Formats: sequence, structure tokens, C-alpha cells
Amino acid sequence: MILHTLIDYETLRIIWWLLLGVLLIGFAVTDGFDLGTGALLPFVAKTDTERRVVINSVGPVWEGNQVWLILGGGAIFAAWPPLYAVSFSGFYLAMFAILFALILRPVGFKYRSKRDSATWRSAWDWALFIGGFVPALIFGVAVGNVLQGVPFRLGSDLRIFYEGTTLFELLNPFALLCGLVSLSMLLMHGAAWLMLKTEGPVAERSRRYGSIAALATIVLFALGGLWLWAGIDGYRFTSEVITNGPSNPLAKSAEQASGVWFANYAAHPWTMAAPALGFAGAALAFLLMRAKREVPTILASALSILGIISTVGLAMFPFILPSSIDPRSSLTVWDASSSHLTLFIMLAVTLIFVPLIVAYTSWVYRVLWGKVDEKAIRDGQGHAY
Amino acid sequence: MELDIVALSRLQFAITALYHFLFVPLTLGLSIVIAIMETVYVMTGRAIWRQMTKFWGTLFGINFVLGVATGIVMEFQFGMNWSYYSHYVGDIFGAPLAIEGLMAFFLEATFVGLFFFGWDKLSKLGHLAAAWAVAIGSNFSALWILIANGWMQNPVGAAFNPQTMRMEVADFYAVLMNPVAQAKFVHTVSAGYVTASIFVLGVSAWFVLKGRHLELAKRSMTVAASFGLAASLSVVVLGDESGYLSTEHQKMKLAAIEAMWETEPAPAPFTAFGFPDQEARTTHFAVRIPWVMGLIGTRSLTTEIPGIENLVDHARERIANGVVAYDALQKIRAAGSDAAIPDDVRKAFEDNGADLGYALLLKPYIDDPRQASPEQIDQAAWDTVPNVPTLFWTFRIMVGLGFFFILLTAVFFYLSARHRLDRYPWLLRIAVLSIPLPWIAAECGWIVAEFGRQPWIIEGVLPTAAGVSSLGAFTVLMTIIGFSAIYTVLFIVEMSLMLRAIRKGPEPDDEPQAELVPPALAPAE
Repeated sequence: MILHTLIDYETLRIIWWLLLGVLLIGFAVTDGFDLGTGALLPFVAKTDTERRVVINSVGPVWEGNQVWLILGGGAIFAAWPPLYAVSFSGFYLAMFAILFALILRPVGFKYRSKRDSATWRSAWDWALFIGGFVPALIFGVAVGNVLQGVPFRLGSDLRIFYEGTTLFELLNPFALLCGLVSLSMLLMHGAAWLMLKTEGPVAERSRRYGSIAALATIVLFALGGLWLWAGIDGYRFTSEVITNGPSNPLAKSAEQASGVWFANYAAHPWTMAAPALGFAGAALAFLLMRAKREVPTILASALSILGIISTVGLAMFPFILPSSIDPRSSLTVWDASSSHLTLFIMLAVTLIFVPLIVAYTSWVYRVLWGKVDEKAIRDGQGHAY
Repeated sequence: MELDIVALSRLQFAITALYHFLFVPLTLGLSIVIAIMETVYVMTGRAIWRQMTKFWGTLFGINFVLGVATGIVMEFQFGMNWSYYSHYVGDIFGAPLAIEGLMAFFLEATFVGLFFFGWDKLSKLGHLAAAWAVAIGSNFSALWILIANGWMQNPVGAAFNPQTMRMEVADFYAVLMNPVAQAKFVHTVSAGYVTASIFVLGVSAWFVLKGRHLELAKRSMTVAASFGLAASLSVVVLGDESGYLSTEHQKMKLAAIEAMWETEPAPAPFTAFGFPDQEARTTHFAVRIPWVMGLIGTRSLTTEIPGIENLVDHARERIANGVVAYDALQKIRAAGSDAAIPDDVRKAFEDNGADLGYALLLKPYIDDPRQASPEQIDQAAWDTVPNVPTLFWTFRIMVGLGFFFILLTAVFFYLSARHRLDRYPWLLRIAVLSIPLPWIAAECGWIVAEFGRQPWIIEGVLPTAAGVSSLGAFTVLMTIIGFSAIYTVLFIVEMSLMLRAIRKGPEPDDEPQAELVPPALAPAE
């Protein structure tokens, strides 16, 4: 096949770096409100009917949303195999915690209302809370660790070794702060979803918790930025940057240096739009929540998520996963991708299927448009959970 | 017992994969059965078929959700526990997994919500489309997963790149059209259809025995028996195709299944029964049927099927070639630039590169395969023999059950055609007791396929032991305990909900019969 040389390797790598962002943002925006809703469940819904309203609000869509995560795993495997290999094994116990939570969540949705017992239902309510809270926190903790560099190095045959990646070390103060950013961001988003889909006391409580979460997002995101600027060293190449060479991280050399994570923003001021969007989206979501404008609220909160995730990606470019103990082993856009041919094939498949997915997903959301009817749930009609 | 990271990682993968596959076959088959039932409903407008769709849909949902939950674990575990494997073959293996998400799983998961929540929100045709989207999505999902798995069995269309130290795709079309993947796909989805058919048949038979929901039960049995008969014929025929392909691509697996220690003169006999002894390299009390193995394996009377000892000799040669390739690889990497590689080294790697993986079989014995002693090479060559008794037995259980399913579904197909489904209680009882059997057959099938591939994680390319992550054994032990605990709890919960839903039976459907043609327009009788 010669077709793939139509797009050069460097361009494909940048496209796949962007698509990596699209995947993470797609996951955070769609499954994000499910996770937020789960974490808010015990607080915004008090009675059994209220809880069923909340659960049924995400009932028909959480399964499709969660595919963003599964697709994320598959696409990282296909397009960035070393990233998949290093991050999933390096964060082993954190991944296990996420998996544990994500196993409980689907089962909680589906099984909770199958029995009348109050103990049964309250146990699954806790499972749903954990299934939302834990991933929302840990995804942010993982990003916090990536920004600091992860203690791994590559052997000469590219085997991966780790030094000290216990769960305890992953939960360092900066990483926890990042975890709180992601948690508050997804709580804001979940609350925005519940305002859109529910009425009465549930919507009112969601509005209250959502406003707090939006403010917390602004404050924590600002704190994270300050801390990154003052106390976290970035990484940079010390050898010539070869953008279309074979994917072998050990072919380069790199170092840790202070202030480097802000170099891209200084060199290309337009990238400041990302953090600006992160703040503006959350501020807008706060104001719109006060004004009870439901559809604009969730759009604003989605924009905030887009801005916050892009901020991290742009700060680190071209680094994807730096190594704190051996900077040369760091994975970057230029040396951690699949082969030229695989990137091309996967791009072609993506260009065919993503528009289709967006089309039928939007159609499904349109069919399901409207508030979840509390009375219908009490009467046991029209709702599966 | 000393904790061995390779053994523990394999154990965890085996537990989670076998557990995941408790839910997959029913999803594959029941999604189609339900879509067929709903199609009948939409075509005839008879409410009983809607009631059937909803009842089997409830059971489908209880099962489906655990398939999804345990599937995430599968998708993540390659990177978590098999990071060197992920690095080594991600360029090829990752693609079908990602395409599965894009093309199949999104479709399935997006429409499954609509299937359960959309009864009041969609037109009849719209809802039927959702049901078929779920069925097509889940079956396509199996296609891509089995393209990935088929590549592990028969790694076509890829080449080792010394600069990136990994396998890279050379011919993606060959990966897609891999004959092993094709045969596996049809065999596996057929097994799913059989599972669902026996499940529907057994549950309905129970209703008939209890004298409950007879209308629903008998119609369901008719669908299950006809669908199940076609599927069990297909599963056996396509299983035979898999066996035929093993003769070509995985000779050792086939020899181990047959406990064929020495090469037999063609056409080889089939060992129907016996006790294979791995230590003594012989099969005790073997009952042999002349010619059958030769016919199945080679479809000829004159082609020999090599026995285990021959194949070990062959492996010994390939290890020697592999050591040459390993040596050349070290020199290529030491040379730095492409231009600095001496021509003889380049040629040595080109000639022997296909056997590089065989040199890695020596790694458990010696760090540098080039220093291996003849005894170590001999040990590594014998390591290429999988566990013969396990394969011998799991294969025979699977095949025996396959033939039983043909018989069972054929009997009920006949009874259904003659309207005698409720005539023979003992047959109904057999149908109820048969419910667990397809699961046993399916799990045995995976043991044959995956345990039979050992010691390779990618046949002939990468040994399993080399693919593992450098994690602490204790860490993996902890997650094994964690997974086992949550999986056990969920299994009990799932079974109890399934049984409850079955005991409760279908919801009464008091909505009026839907009419395909409005009464005003119907011709007067």
C-alpha cells in the first residue's frame, strides 16, 4: 500500500494527537455527566422516587457514553501503543480502582430497581456513588502525575520498568489537586445534566450543588495553574527534534526544566484561548445556573471541560507521558506512535465512522429529549430502571 | 509456592476472560433471537410477539450489562498486565480493537438504551431498527475481536522492525482476511446462537412443564429450535474448518488435541478416548478410530499430520535460526545508522527474522540466547508442547456437546413442526437440564484456543512469558483477589436476578392488539 504516503508521518502524528484530545474530551463531556450524576446521587435525591428519577435520567445513554472510554482504550492502543503500555501498567492499581468502580456502575444502573428491598437499593446507590466519584477523581489524579512525570524507564529492548508507582505515591498533593479539578468539573457537568432532565426538588438541589461545583472548578483550576507555574518542572528535548523518524523514544534526549510547561503559551499566545475557555465556561455555567437557563448551562459546562483538558495537552506538547527518572524515556508525539501505515488506516476508519456515530447518537438524544417524569416512575411506566 | 509474575498474570487473564465469556455468547445469540421475535411482531401485529420480545429482552438486559462491565476489563488488561506485548504488537493488534469500538460497540451500546427506554418514544419500525442495531452491533463486535484474536493465532501481514523493536503492519488486508479469524468468527458467533437457543428452549420448556405462559413458551421454543438447529450445524461444520486450518497454521495445537506423540502414517487415526501422559509422552488406554483424523485434518488420504516429537525437532531447528536472527538484531542495533549495517548481518536477519520469537523461548533459561547450551535449547523446544491432557479432554467435551446440541435442537424442531412440544415431559426436562451445557462447551472452546496456543502469546512470534508487565507479583495477586471477589458477588447477584425474572414470567400485555392495517381499511370478511 502506497496510499498512506499521501499524508506524511509528522502530520499524521499531529492529527492523532488531536484525536487523542477529541477522545478524552468526548469521554469527559458525555460520560462525564454520567459520572457526575452518580457522584451527586446521594446528595440531590433523597427519596427512592427521586433517586430513580436521577438514575433514569442517564439510564438510556450511559452505555453509549461509556463507549468513549472503551474506544479511548482501543484507540490509544492502536495509535499510541507505548502510551497504552506504559500508562496502563504504570498506573496499575489506579487503573484497577477505576475498573472496580466502572464494573459496579453499569450493574448498579441495571440491577438497583429490580428488587424492592430498601437495603438492596441503598447498597446499589452507594455503588453508583463510588462508580461516579472514584473515576472522576482518579482520572484527574492521573493527569496530575503525568504533568509531574511518571517514574518509568525503558530498557534497550523497550521493556518498561517502574520505580515507585504505588497508589500512595500517586496520591501526592499536586495530583490530588488535579483530581479535585476533574471532580468539581464533572460534578458541575452532572448537575447541569440533572437540571436539564429533572424537575422540582432534584433540579433545585442540582442547581445549588452545580453552582458550588462551578465556582470550585474556577478556583481549583486557577490554583492548579499557579502551582504548575511555581512548583512543577516541565520537560523539553535536548537533542534535535526529528518529527518523522521511527517510533523509538530512546532515540532522543530530554531534560526536566522549570517553567517549560508554559513555553508553548509564551511562544504561541493563541493557545491561551484554552485556559481562558476553561475559566469562562465555568463562570458562564455558574451564571446560567443562577438564571435557570438549562440548555445553555450544559453547553457552557461542556466548553469549560473542553478548555481545561486542552490546557493540559497544549502545555505538554509534544510530550505525552514524561518520565521523571529517565527523561530520555519520555513518550512524545514524535516517538510514541504507531507506524505510518497504521496511523493512516486508523484515520481513514475514524473519518468514516465518527460522523456516523455523531449522527446516530444525536438522533438518540433527540428521541429521548425531555424531562424524566416523576409521576410515570411512581406508576412504573416507561422507565426501565 | 513462589509467586511467579507470569503465572499470576496468566491466571488473572484466564479468570477475567473466561468470566467475560459467560455473558458474551448469550448476548450474541439472544440479541438476534429478540430481533427476530420483534420482526415477527411488526410484520404480524400480534401482541404475543411483543410480549415475547419484552420478556426475553429483560433477561437479555440482565446478562448484557455484565458483559459490558467485564468487557472494559478486557480492553484495559493488555496494557495493565501485558505491557511488553502491548508495545510489541500494538501496531497491529490495537487496530481491530479500536475499530470494534468505532464500528460495532458504539452502535450496540447507543441503541441498547433506546431498546429498553424507547417503547413509548419510537414508532414500531423505529424500535425494530433499534433492536436490529443492537444485534448487528454485538455481532460485528465479535468480528473485530476475533480478527484480533485470530492474528494472535496466525500472525499474518506483519513484520518486525528493528528500529522500533516491535511488529509493524505490512499488509492490513491480510490481517482482515486472515482465514483463521474468519473461521473463528463464524464458529464463535454460531456458538453464541446455540447458547441463546438452548437457553430460550430450556426456559420455555420449564414454563411448559409448569403449565405457565404456554402461548409464549411454545412460540419461543419454535424460534429457538429452528434457529438453534441451524446454528449447531454451523458451529460443528465451522469448528471442523478451524481444525482444518490448525493443520496448516498451528500444527502443535492440533497434535496436542489429538495426543499424537508420533507422526502416524497417513491417513492418521482419531483417538476417541484415552489418558494422555505428558511425562511419559504416550497415551494410555487409547481407543483409536482409523483414518478419521487424517480425513478431518488434511481432507486427504495421503497427507501426513506431524506428531508432537517431530514438531519438537522442528522447533529445535527454528530456535537455532532464531538465535542467528537474535545475533543479527543485536548487531543491527549496535550499528546505529541504517547505512552502517554490514550486508551479511542484514541478510542473516532477513533470512532468519521470522524465527526471532523462537530465540526468545530461551529467555527463561538464559539472558543471552546466543550463549544457550544444547540442553537449554532442548528444554525450550519441549516448552513448545502445550498441556496435552487438558487440550485432549476440553476438546472432546466441546465436540461431544456440539453433537448433542444438534440432536436436541433437531428433536425439538421435529416436535414443533408436528405441534407436539408439550407431549413428552421427559424431553422437556432434558431441555431444562441442558441450559448450562452451551456455556461449558464455550469455555472449553476458549481453553482449547488459548491454552492450546501456549507457550506463545503470539504464535511463533512472542512467547507469553516475554509479554508480561514488570509488576510486583504481590500487586497482581491483590488484583486477582479483588477481581475474583467482585466477580463472585456479581455472579450470585446476576443468577438470582435471572432466576427471579424467569420465575416471575412475562409482564401481562394488556395493550390492544396492534393492527398492521387499520380496521377501517381491512377488507370485509
